[in-house]
This record gives sequence, C-alpha cells and structure tokens, in this order.
Amino acid sequence: MVDMSYKNDILTAGLYGEIDHHIAPKIRSEIDAKCENLRPKVLRLDFKAVSFMDSSGVGLVMGRQRCISLLGGRLEVVNIPKQINKVFSLSGLDKLGVLK
Amino acid sequence: MNIQNHMKLSFLSRSVNEAFARAAVSSFLLPLDPTVTELSDVRTAVSEAVTNCIVHAYPDTTGVVYIDAKITDTNKVIIRIRDSGVGIENIKQAMEPLFTTSSDERAGLGFAVMQSFMDRVRVRSQKGKGTVVTLEKFIDKLPDDKK
Ligand SMILES: Nc1ncnc2c1ncn2[C@@H]1O[C@H](COP(=O)(O)OP(=O)(O)O)[C@@H](O)[C@H]1O
Ligand SMILES: [Mg+2]
Repeated sequence: MVDMSYKNDILTAGLYGEIDHHIAPKIRSEIDAKCENLRPKVLRLDFKAVSFMDSSGVGLVMGRQRCISLLGGRLEVVNIPKQINKVFSLSGLDKLGVLK
Repeated sequence: MNIQNHMKLSFLSRSVNEAFARAAVSSFLLPLDPTVTELSDVRTAVSEAVTNCIVHAYPDTTGVVYIDAKITDTNKVIIRIRDSGVGIENIKQAMEPLFTTSSDERAGLGFAVMQSFMDRVRVRSQKGKGTVVTLEKFIDKLPDDKK
C-alpha cells in the first residue's frame, strides 16, 4: 500500500503493490492525514514498487495534486514503471509536469 | 474461428473482488504464453470493466458481476463482463475520455484504458437492465526465443 517518510520538507509516499479502486481510498486517507499534519513543500509519490495500477491510480494522483496545492506545496511523481506510464499517458497528468 | 477454451465466473460486486477478477482472467490466459505487456494490458482492461460494474452499475446495492472468457484457435481472447445494474443511458458520452458521473476521485479514463489496451471494445447497455462490455485482443504467437 504505502510507506511514508518525511525529510527536509519533502514528504515521500512510497507506494507498493497493486493500486485499484479498492485500495485507493486507504492510500488517500494515509497520505492526506500526513500532508495536513506536516504541510510539506513537496509531496513525492514514489511508484518504484507498484506492480499494477488502473485508472483509479490516476484519480488518486490527481486528487493528491489538488490537495497538496491547496496546502501550498507541490506534487512530484517519480520512478514510474513502463506499464503504469501507459495509463498515465492517457491522462492530462503528463502535461502538468508532475511526472518525473 | 473455433473456441479452444472457455470459462465463466460470477462474484458479488464488492471492491475486494477487483483484484481477484483480474488475476483470474490473467491466469486463464497463461497457456497462450502472453508477454508481460500483453498480460498486463488485459489485466488493466478487465480491472476497469469490473470496477465500473462495482462502482456504477450497482451504486447503492450489491449485485452480481459475470465474466465469460473465451480463447479461440486464432489466439484471440474474448472477455465479456456483464452486470444487471442501472445501465448506461448515453454510451457514446460515457466512453469519452475524462467523462465521469462520479465525484469520488474517478478519472473518467476507464473506457479510454480499455480501448487503448485492447484491440476491440464493444458496449451494449439498457437503462435499468444492465451492461455488457466485450473486450477482444490477439495474443501474439511468437517463437519461444522471441518471447
Ligand atoms: N457497468 C456500468 N454501468 C453503469 N454505468 C457505467 C458502467 N460503466 C461505465 N458507466 C458510466 O460510464 C462513465 C465512464 O466510465 P469510465 O470511463 O470507466 O470512467 P469512471 O469509472 O472513472 O467514471 C461512468 O462514470 C458511468 O457513468
Ligand atoms: Mg471506470
């Protein structure tokens, strides 16, 4: 699901396993609770250990983008596996410059 | 075109079954020796169609989701995902990228994913009766050393 760590104003959410509609709300509430507490400058979603994602993951990322920008921070999405990038490429997220 | 293999599956429209459904279909396809990419494409498309039944077809109730999958002798897989839920009033609009009737962080990309990951997507629906989504894809027959 998600491992969180915080250092130098960067909150890193290390996602792992499969991201679908069943699991997305659980990831969302963990990340949002930490964000509201810590108010990081950067929220970094690390996809390195994600083995599967459908369009529910796109909704999750877009929602976190909204959430962190309301708190005055910015979103970064890193280490996106090739297959998962195919899903992101159908969204407008690749044009927002948050996918690294 | 002859049917070489056929399986049917039905389960409750509970979100915990999304992972089960895509895993079951992808195991059924394993004898075709699909590439990692082909398998992942099918798994993602099935996940989208099944999630739609759970989220949209049965919004306030628990219903049944039916999957019917066939493999033909031409290495084509035909996967039908069916519900007896609320149905879709305007299929063309529903299939447009980013269109969603849900406010719950849905991206509106389910049909776009199905269309880009599969060779063919067909949708039949009747308001109040339910929806059938049919997904088709050819799995390449490659010599073993090219896999
Ligand atoms: N099985 C279904 N039963 C009823 N409505 C559906 C079904 N599948 C899709 N829809 C409708 O089509 C819309 C678009 O679906 P989709 O592209 O998967 O996006 P999303 O699931 O993110 O809303 C949904 O918001 C819903 O209104
Ligand atoms: Mg959907």
